[in-house]
Amino acid sequence: MSGDMDWSGRWNHIKRLLERTGPFAHPDFEPSSEILGFMQDSCKILVIGAGGLGCELLKDLALMGFRDIHVIDMDTIDVSNLNRQFLFRPKDVGSPKADVAATFVNARVPGCKVTAHYAKIQDYDEPFYSGFHILVCGLDSIVARRWINGMLIGLLRYEDGQLDQSSIIPLVDGGTEGFKGNARVVLPGMTACVECTLDLYPPQINFPLCTIAHTPRLPEHCIEYVRILLWPKEEPFGAGVGIDGDDPKHINWILQKSQDRAEEYNIIGITYRLTQGVVKRIIPAVASTNAVIAAACATEVFKLASSCCQPLNNYMNFNDTEGVYTYTFEAQKREDCLLCSNAPQTLTFTESDKLQDVITFLIESNTYQMKSPGITTSAHGKNKTLYMQTVKSIEERTRENLKKTLKELGLRSGQELYVADVTTPSAVTFTLNLASHMEMGADSENTVAN
Amino acid sequence: MAETKGSGLDKNNKYDRQLRLWGDHGQSALEAARVCLINATATGTEILKNVILPGIGSFTIVDGHKVRGEDVGNNFFLLADSIGKSRAQVATELLGELNDDVTGNFVEESVETLLESNPDYFSTFSVVVAINLHEKALLQLGGVLWEKNIPLLVCRCYGFIGYLRLAVREHTIVESHPDSALEDLRLDRPFPGLQTFCDSLNMETMTKKEHGHTPWLVLLYKYVQEWKKTHDGQIPKNYKEKNMLKEMIRKGIRQNEEGVPELEENFDEAVTHVNSALVTTRIPSEVQALFDDPCCTNINSESKTFWILCRALHDFVHNEGNGDLPLRGTIPDMTSDSERYIQLQNVYREQAATDMTAIRNRVHALLQSLGRDEPVFVDPKVSHSSPCGAVSDNEIKTFCRNAAFLRLVRCRSLAEEYGTNTVNKDELNMHLESEEGDDLLFYILLRGVDRFYDEYNRYPGRDNSDVEPDIPKLKTCLTKLLHDWGLSGTVKEDYIHEMCRYGASEVHSIASYMGGVVAQEVIKILTTQFVPINNTYVYNGFLQTSTTVQL
Ligand SMILES: [Zn+2]
Repeated sequence: MSGDMDWSGRWNHIKRLLERTGPFAHPDFEPSSEILGFMQDSCKILVIGAGGLGCELLKDLALMGFRDIHVIDMDTIDVSNLNRQFLFRPKDVGSPKADVAATFVNARVPGCKVTAHYAKIQDYDEPFYSGFHILVCGLDSIVARRWINGMLIGLLRYEDGQLDQSSIIPLVDGGTEGFKGNARVVLPGMTACVECTLDLYPPQINFPLCTIAHTPRLPEHCIEYVRILLWPKEEPFGAGVGIDGDDPKHINWILQKSQDRAEEYNIIGITYRLTQGVVKRIIPAVASTNAVIAAACATEVFKLASSCCQPLNNYMNFNDTEGVYTYTFEAQKREDCLLCSNAPQTLTFTESDKLQDVITFLIESNTYQMKSPGITTSAHGKNKTLYMQTVKSIEERTRENLKKTLKELGLRSGQELYVADVTTPSAVTFTLNLASHMEMGADSENTVAN
Repeated sequence: MAETKGSGLDKNNKYDRQLRLWGDHGQSALEAARVCLINATATGTEILKNVILPGIGSFTIVDGHKVRGEDVGNNFFLLADSIGKSRAQVATELLGELNDDVTGNFVEESVETLLESNPDYFSTFSVVVAINLHEKALLQLGGVLWEKNIPLLVCRCYGFIGYLRLAVREHTIVESHPDSALEDLRLDRPFPGLQTFCDSLNMETMTKKEHGHTPWLVLLYKYVQEWKKTHDGQIPKNYKEKNMLKEMIRKGIRQNEEGVPELEENFDEAVTHVNSALVTTRIPSEVQALFDDPCCTNINSESKTFWILCRALHDFVHNEGNGDLPLRGTIPDMTSDSERYIQLQNVYREQAATDMTAIRNRVHALLQSLGRDEPVFVDPKVSHSSPCGAVSDNEIKTFCRNAAFLRLVRCRSLAEEYGTNTVNKDELNMHLESEEGDDLLFYILLRGVDRFYDEYNRYPGRDNSDVEPDIPKLKTCLTKLLHDWGLSGTVKEDYIHEMCRYGASEVHSIASYMGGVVAQEVIKILTTQFVPINNTYVYNGFLQTSTTVQL
């Protein structure tokens, strides 16, 4: 099979690394001409995201000998993608990114078979993801990254507490913002996972609502006022019509109203570009940083698939604002990681704490950083939903529970709580530890802020 | 900027994500640039791809090679049916498809022939990028471009290793965009406008709401004045004194009728900012070095605008500035009512405008004294964008706002790096002797494989059977090289073996990594924003580490 599409000399460059060993090769590495055959015919790679990183990754992997590549992306192509997503042309605007990217690479690199999935990562489940040898992530969303990480950890199998090595699917993850980026290798269950290192992601900064409503000082405050408060009130383009950040009519309306408000407070500096940036929460992006980070990730996929070199251990930061700077370090696996430690998780509260306190803790804690956790428990063999925000009817039915204390809800120490959140594909089990007030000292692990 | 050409797409939309990084003026500089690439290898085309996408004016590929099978194997911008055709032509066509706004040209000639027949050829480019040149041609090209002050980037990928060298005589940067810069608040030496404003606010007579919404900057000013009264007019200097000041501030929080302190976020912010905001205003060492530079002290009619601006800045510091740079004129956001925040912001803006006018007048006078361009009188209240002689007001404004961040890069020439008497022995020796073995050893190894090539007319490890026997041969080449440099150390055997393993392979992902890095340095040079490397960067793909040194 391999060889059909090959012309003389085609794989000369990578063959030198695959057919020869060296002092920095993986200890298990056996140089041979069969490794390329494995990469071409058997090795199945999933690329998540067909944007700035994804386009680069597909090109890199196809030219590094991989053929069975899948790519998944839910977005369509926008004009503002064209300054870096080089597989797309002006005529492709509006088409699904995954489809156009796959078609282009398949046409350019003979023998390469990229399969496109115009879908959300949540549309697929375990059988789909377990079919790949390696996953590569080029996403701009932390929640999606955490979800994929959770998926791979969910695929791990343990026997008598021992991790079954064959259940490990490596995750290579890249991210960029402007001139900064990072690349990392996660061996789920073995090395630090995305959840272990949540503190590496800076928390998203939101302006306080009272500033936006009463004491604006920056142009951004005025734009947020129009976006959050004025738009729903005035519904300028009809009832129920939400803001479309790509519709110039919408942005112009927000711009105009923001300028009015800014004038009222003598604030200067509102422009179209700023307005659109705030409304769409735009992150600056260039071709060069995407190329660098995707290439570093592709090199790691190549190492993992071939063993021709030890993989990155395990995190690299990149910044080329001043000179070109890299910082490579070993991110530490957390022994108590919610996802990858395989250790039971405990939540400690007092009987008089309210369910709302538990929810707030799960959102505000640096360790968990959940978005909209729903909590279920089981009592007398039946599942009982304590609170769930994501389904409207259940939210209305369970809202009252938030104000109740854990005692009033009939929860006991040792009871299991199942917490579902958008950051993980399946619910996480916690054991509730109900302490009396006396036991909750000042040094207690989770202090709940009101 | 908003006009459409070429692609027919609105450039504001198409380039939106990058305009947020280098602005419309950075984009204009890119669009005016002519980039030359020598040798369209995988590394070369990846570099071009990453400057064509953001929209440089034009590119030209100089390459005398015909496409070989292995070229198509690692290069996205060559096709299997282009084997045997001109590599320059095929790459130009496929790269040209990336952006209709960019013009592509090619010359099907080797750089050696071109340097022979028409050495002036390269003088029309804004920047030249050279891939995989042999030493003789490299030094010749380097000499020609150095003479004409055209920046040259030399790049090479070899197995898991990437190498980049920047050779530019002088590159000056106004907008360096530092990642973390201290605010310019002048709390240690408040200017009159700030004093007047802060003194006009009476904390005692404020309503509860006003008290809790007084900007922390004002609070800090007031408590520092209080502090100075009992400390010989000095601001708190050390950790202990700053903690005492924090205590003073905390005591200023209003209490309710039961004696419980109110929640006043502005006071909390004042305490938090004691350390970062209460600093001694001084001239950064990089800017002081500019003032001491002969280009600044001896300006003449040929001087670059940058140096004239530097001189005006220097003269300002020693006159109107009373030892300080012009005020930046921005303040961070802070808890405050809108009215007083805007007033405070205007206090800073007005002082910055006053400083800018003073510098503008000095630039005027300097230009006039040098006989360059008659100054045009423009009332700054009417227009901020009209020209002041040869230097626009916008340019002066940007310069003033970035006065603390000015940067200068002067590289050593390639001739100096390669010269037996001028080689940077100390630096190389330091890396040779490091216990761990570091990335820069690969620089020495790259020079070593070139020596090997000169001797055997091929690189070590070309065929699988060459790897083992080439290790001692490469070792001998390295010994000679180090001897020429007057160094006695040796390169670790492991590294020599690894280098022989690579056999001069150009692995696509390494080429693509360097393609990003080099393109970014090209963009920095063209926009004169951000700070390029000085002068050698080595990337180690097997460890994912990298090093920058001056050679
Ligand atoms: Zn973990």
